[in-house]
Amino acid sequence: MGDLAEFSPAVRLFLKAYPWRRIDPVPWSPLRKPLAVCRLALVSSAGFVLPGQEPFDAAVRGGDVSFRDIPWDADAASLVDTHRSRSFDHQGIRSDPNLALPLDRARELLAAGRIGSLNRRHLSFMGSITAPGRLVRDSAPKAARGLSEDGVDVALLIPV
Amino acid sequence: MCTQAVGLVAAELERQGIATVAIQLLRHVAERVRPPRALCVPFRHGYPLDAPGDPARQTAVIEAALRLLEAPDSRPPLLADYRATTGGRARMREDCP
Repeated sequence: MGDLAEFSPAVRLFLKAYPWRRIDPVPWSPLRKPLAVCRLALVSSAGFVLPGQEPFDAAVRGGDVSFRDIPWDADAASLVDTHRSRSFDHQGIRSDPNLALPLDRARELLAAGRIGSLNRRHLSFMGSITAPGRLVRDSAPKAARGLSEDGVDVALLIPV
Repeated sequence: MCTQAVGLVAAELERQGIATVAIQLLRHVAERVRPPRALCVPFRHGYPLDAPGDPARQTAVIEAALRLLEAPDSRPPLLADYRATTGGRARMREDCP
């Protein structure tokens, strides 16, 4: 398990006192058909962008709540880590971006018939959002509407 | 903070009718935020799918997450723990408040 002991004393203190946003009531969409006919989208909070995309803005107070579209057939090795946090080891996701946005693993699931299709795009956020009001009000609903319009059935979300 | 962010995005996706499963790195945060369907993994921050450059271990975590989507008779919030020693089969613990 990730553990608070990984962090510096200052970060641990912040996380212990932080007023986590409680989801209440908890929404629920059951799986309505076999995964083998479902369309999958990935959502990562690792702050990845593709070359040419605007990096996430580390200077935004409370966190940058924007997101980037990552085409389903993008080269995983081309993903660029722009996550602002210095509280975790970036070496793993920089050496293998599949660790937090598993583009290759998703294509393997498709090839194996484990899922029916991949959405035309996956979504990349940058975590480190300490003030999630704008995320909840604006960008998360926008992302959700977009994936719904794409016909996405299931989503796998990966923090970092 | 990433754990909270993906939980909040997952909730919006569920409201739009999309079934989600979120990897979680801190169980006590998952218990407080309450993403609809989540798999707590025993890995440190920065390594949510276990090991870089190891497709088999990454796939094992993803498979465990997908099986949560397929779990029958589940109710929200559904929080399970990943146990790599059991071949990637997630152990259910539906004790999330």
